[in-house]
Amino acid sequence: MPPGEPFIRPAWIVDNLDVIWQRLTEHVGMTLTAVVIGFAISFAAALLIRRRRTLTAVVLGFTGILYAIPSLALFAFLIPFTGISFLSAEIALVSYTLLILIRNILLGLESVPPEVVEAATGMGYTPRQLLWRVELPIALPIIVAGLRIATVTTVGLVTVTALIGQGGLGYLIVVTGVRGFFPTAIWVGAVLSIALAVLADVALLGVQRWLTPWSRARGSAA
Amino acid sequence: MTLIDELATWLSDPAHWTGPDGMVPRLLEHLAFSGGSLFLAVAIALPIGLAIGHTGRGALATISISNIGRAIPTLGLLGIVLTITANWWPPYGFFLIPTVTALVALAIPPIVTNTYAGLRAVDPEAIEAGRGMGMRELQLLWQIEVPLALPSILTGLRVSAVQVVATATLAAVLGAGGLGRLIIDGIAQHDDAQLFMGAVLVGLLAIATELTFAWLQRRAVSPGLRARSRAGGDIG
Repeated sequence: MPPGEPFIRPAWIVDNLDVIWQRLTEHVGMTLTAVVIGFAISFAAALLIRRRRTLTAVVLGFTGILYAIPSLALFAFLIPFTGISFLSAEIALVSYTLLILIRNILLGLESVPPEVVEAATGMGYTPRQLLWRVELPIALPIIVAGLRIATVTTVGLVTVTALIGQGGLGYLIVVTGVRGFFPTAIWVGAVLSIALAVLADVALLGVQRWLTPWSRARGSAA
Repeated sequence: MTLIDELATWLSDPAHWTGPDGMVPRLLEHLAFSGGSLFLAVAIALPIGLAIGHTGRGALATISISNIGRAIPTLGLLGIVLTITANWWPPYGFFLIPTVTALVALAIPPIVTNTYAGLRAVDPEAIEAGRGMGMRELQLLWQIEVPLALPSILTGLRVSAVQVVATATLAAVLGAGGLGRLIIDGIAQHDDAQLFMGAVLVGLLAIATELTFAWLQRRAVSPGLRARSRAGGDIG
């Protein structure tokens, strides 16, 4: 950093609000894309595992290995195949959400008391009705808990995608900040990504409370 | 040229193995960064975890701090420390201090929370029996609580070690060494073979670290506890 350069230059922030806003929206977009696709895949995988129990070890083992690969390494693995691209970034980001989401969806569905399933079946619920009207609402707090962890983790990982040519808040930290010797950009990028992670966490908790009013009455925390 | 051809050409150059920017020096740098940071983190985190686990005080603060830590992206932490230390001690303030600070900060929470959780899970009757035998507080800690909590303490150490090895890759962003250099330089030079080998080595090192600590855990835990040690999962 140049000697005498302050941590924050408020004038730069004011002059570059449009750039900062662009990086922020890119960051939100990349996070949402990864979590939504990750959730869709995880939901399908969890339902498949429930039909074929023997798949549990294979799916959780495979997603566990993906989860253990350091982020920059996973991005780098993909470059020879899908290039320095948005696709490479998203494949890696989606991979990281799978273990947490599949595990929590399964845990949530397993948390449904057998008596409740029994009662619903006795009342003539079809398997599909049972899933959507009984099992998923009961499993929701645990599923949302998984979504919260996956989202907060993804917000952090999206910053790393700047190293493989993507935008987002990591661009402010790495390219504008570290490589441009400009502390203000580092602070803006870091503070905004922390704020985004906390905001997403609180918002998802709010969604869960709103969707499961009965758990609020009992004061249960997920 | 396919990736396999590129890899064969790249790997056949001895400079890519033992040269100053080769894989061997990069691996050694990576191990030095990770090992040093983990050592510092243990020196800080273990006493804290033992103190709050033994006394039962400060648990809420601990959990809060580790939750906040989860939200801070490592790259952001690296950058922030860089802006503070860059001009302290050139040139080390530019890569060594930010890297070690970020790695230590990342490694502390799992060790503290798992040490705390391990000590709290010790059967109070065992501690009571020790007290009845006239043990002092420190004797209770070292002779009863730590051996019984060892599986959990080592789980914390394992989680931290794997995270540190993985994250040390990012030190290359600041121009420091380590295996991340192969990836960052590979991207900058459009050298797929170099970045691919960097990714392979980082991945293998992370897996090797996990396996080494799992082995250590099996070796160090008292035989009487082994049956139970499988039940404890990761917390960090």
